Amino acid sequence: MVNRVIVGAHYGMGSWLAQRVTAVIMAVYTLVLGFVLIEEGPFDYAEWQELFAGGWMRVATLLFAASLAWHAWVGMRDIWMDYVKPDALRLALQVLTVLLLAGYLGWAVQVLWR
Amino acid sequence: MVPQLGGVIALQRYNYKTPMANAALKRRRPKYLSLAALLFQIRLPLPGKVSILHRISGALLVFPLAAWLLYLLDQSLVSEEGFNHIRDHYLQSPLAKAGLLVFIWAYCHHFCAGIRFLLLDINQGIELQAARASAALVLVASLALTAYFGYRLW
Repeated sequence: MVNRVIVGAHYGMGSWLAQRVTAVIMAVYTLVLGFVLIEEGPFDYAEWQELFAGGWMRVATLLFAASLAWHAWVGMRDIWMDYVKPDALRLALQVLTVLLLAGYLGWAVQVLWR
Repeated sequence: MVPQLGGVIALQRYNYKTPMANAALKRRRPKYLSLAALLFQIRLPLPGKVSILHRISGALLVFPLAAWLLYLLDQSLVSEEGFNHIRDHYLQSPLAKAGLLVFIWAYCHHFCAGIRFLLLDINQGIELQAARASAALVLVASLALTAYFGYRLW
């Protein structure tokens, strides 16, 4: 029987797969945005604002941000599990990570839908 | 598919066949390494270097780089003054450019190494020679991309 730890992983393939699926989503977004930036740039303010005001761009960027949060959660949890042994400290760091990533997501929504 | 599983199974098989060797192994575990030993004594093979750099770049991207990039995006979109300030003053400072360079390297390395890991996950390039070659390619490609974007930045 596996010795299950409350601040451990979920002992399944879910997180592992999610990290890879979100990685692919972010990679595609990166290539598309990179292409747009190189092709259309340099931008002045009006063009820059127009780019991020587009409906598809807002949704794609939000999708990227959500993927990033999920992806980074799995990755950071792996780091805490590998290097931080005391359960209380590990739990505190995991909670901080969730707060940080949720904060990023909220901030991104605010920036995109102003 | 999960790499750790293979290790566990192999270890169990090993235990079963050689209990004595296992006892000797157990006495010396867990083994704690000093930071100095990790940095200077243990020579990681190239794929190991790519792996730990993938982890370091990932951690850097989560904090503080993501927060900084969000701040830049926020300021550049909030108003024309904000945009001009970021472009003409804020990002002109050597410190900010150095920060951007770190971001570019971390992003490029994480991107390239990530694609390598995705390919390894679907059993592409898992032979020793191919894995070493792709690891070298990742290191070189991310440094080359950083140099290219850095050059365009300055």
